[in-house]
Amino acid sequence: METVLILGATSDIGIAIAKKFAAGGYNIQLAARTPAQLEPLKSDIEIRYRVNCGLYAFDALQYNTHAAFFAGLKPDVTITIFGTMYEEEDAFNDWALAERMINTNYTGAVSILNIAAKHYIGQQKGSIIGISSVAGDRGRASKLIYGSSKAAFTAYLAGLRNKCFKDNVHVMTVKPGFVYTRMTENMPLPKPLTSTPEEVADIVYSGFTKKKNTIYVKWFWRYIMLIIKNIPEFQFKKMKL
Amino acid sequence: MKKWLSGWGNYPVIESKEDSFVFTDQLVPLIEDELPFIPRGNGRSYGDSSLGKRTISTLKYDKILSFDTVNGVFECQPGITLSQVLEVIVPQGWFLPVTPGTKLITIGGAVGSNVHGKNHRKEGSFSKYIIDMDVRLASNTVVTCTAGENADLFEATCGGMGLTGVVTRVKFRLKKIDTSYMKQKQIKAENLDVLLLLFEKYQDFSYTVAWIDCLKKGEQFGRSILTVGEHASLNELNDEQKKDPFQLPAKKMLNFPFNLPSWVLNTFTVRAFNFLYYTKNFKKEIDSVVLYDSFFYPLDAINNWNRMYGKNGFVQYQFVLPPEAKQGLVEILNRISDKGMGSFLTVLKALGKQESMISFCREGYTLALDFPLRSGVLEFLDELDEIVLKYGGRLYITKDARMKPGMLANYPELGKFKSIVKKYNPDGKIRSAQSDRLLLTDTK
Repeated sequence: METVLILGATSDIGIAIAKKFAAGGYNIQLAARTPAQLEPLKSDIEIRYRVNCGLYAFDALQYNTHAAFFAGLKPDVTITIFGTMYEEEDAFNDWALAERMINTNYTGAVSILNIAAKHYIGQQKGSIIGISSVAGDRGRASKLIYGSSKAAFTAYLAGLRNKCFKDNVHVMTVKPGFVYTRMTENMPLPKPLTSTPEEVADIVYSGFTKKKNTIYVKWFWRYIMLIIKNIPEFQFKKMKL
Repeated sequence: MKKWLSGWGNYPVIESKEDSFVFTDQLVPLIEDELPFIPRGNGRSYGDSSLGKRTISTLKYDKILSFDTVNGVFECQPGITLSQVLEVIVPQGWFLPVTPGTKLITIGGAVGSNVHGKNHRKEGSFSKYIIDMDVRLASNTVVTCTAGENADLFEATCGGMGLTGVVTRVKFRLKKIDTSYMKQKQIKAENLDVLLLLFEKYQDFSYTVAWIDCLKKGEQFGRSILTVGEHASLNELNDEQKKDPFQLPAKKMLNFPFNLPSWVLNTFTVRAFNFLYYTKNFKKEIDSVVLYDSFFYPLDAINNWNRMYGKNGFVQYQFVLPPEAKQGLVEILNRISDKGMGSFLTVLKALGKQESMISFCREGYTLALDFPLRSGVLEFLDELDEIVLKYGGRLYITKDARMKPGMLANYPELGKFKSIVKKYNPDGKIRSAQSDRLLLTDTK
């Protein structure tokens, strides 16, 4: 049985993706900063889906621990879900917050995925799934730091896909739009544009089985972002977005 | 987030802030928050039991903690639905010890309403099968309770409508089954007297329930179809069924796509439905072997069936009368039939002895009727209340959206219940629109 590593397993999307792959018969490795709180999820996955599930401590910002962490697991599929989002105004005024956002969403992700990619290139087989965001498709004021960190991550995943293609390594970029999570439960979100974590997981899983390159969740976000990307800059810079 | 919430009856609808939690440490600040709250599961109680200014949804706190497949013991967080539990336990040869007529309620809700099923007479309510559970109180302390340890908390939590605290873990016993099929017998009863005799005749069956035509008068007053059943053993299955004796029901679901205009359901259409329903069973007795879904959860097959009653919603009126109060049953059915207010999903069950403090069930007969909200209905239900009270009966709080506090008079341990709620929830921090209306969380 193949194994999936979930990096950022305490998020609503992480939990939903873990369950989806477990239902597909994969053994699951759940990684988070505080894995102890994932004990109930571990028992739940093992009992519901009758697969093995392990818990591991992982901190995206502790780059020097990443190699040893990955060497101990060697999963067949590596999925990064972790990410940080602070209030952009706070991050603009406090470099510590901005730095933390950039280092979690981009630097930390690159650190662990470089290691995973080397392993997969070495064995000429493997899959990497990166959860980025539609916020990375075009820079704008309301997502200044978060959006740019996700833009960098999206570019990294595209480059990695190009680099690993000849080595039979599948790299998939996932760009969710609005998602109902605990983080967003007190924000008013437009219902038709918003997905549940379970919908994200379903789309990720089917994209994975079809070896897609880049998927939007939901699909129409591709066209929404296409329009947003094509607004001329002289106009775009005056808009409140 | 502020939303408009309602129970299954879509009445009343209340603006509420809804919080959720995935991990235990996320629940702590939600309880600390100043705004009073009521725990809420899948929102399948009918009225305002899980409504308030703020609700704490348990739906994301839904993990299975352990499952002993040898001894049939299941342990889980409260937000998991019965449907999800069944998907895990049935293939291993186990079933819920007690289940209501929908599997779309949560385990937390099963505790809070101390649910009963078609087997109450023989096997009691859900609380009877709880080994132990954890309750997080308004003070944010967690107390483990059983029928023997912290027994007052245990008793007031089973059927206590969430007012003692948030149930965070439940461990309960399951029922062994040989197959996922039910062996059922349907018997037509031409009137109420015959039905009540049949209830006695078939009292040895584990599961009994009757559908009753509440609009028929005269000779056929109370004509009905009694269904009795047992979990089927392997040798009772046909060859096709034997191939997979623990088959799970298909997940196909019909959806009721919109609110039906309220004029569609009227005396004429209900009469027509009742006629068809009664005469579809051509023979007096029918024996069959069916999957558990169609036996226990026929209405779950239609997603959003509550929309049938229109956007104004409906109230379900479920009462129990003592066994000797048959006259009360007749009186109530007569009133309904006179008013032409009959509902077409009218269910009659026999209940066994009361086994817990505040729970609805007591020995006697229980009738559940749906009434679409329209002018005159609430006044009419007040009239029925008087009959129920007069005959020593009481109403099911889980179904209620409108009764007055005086209707709790026939809950003999009400005073004790209130004092335990006050002990564990002293400032009324945990309260619902219903507990306010029924003065269950009156802190004065």
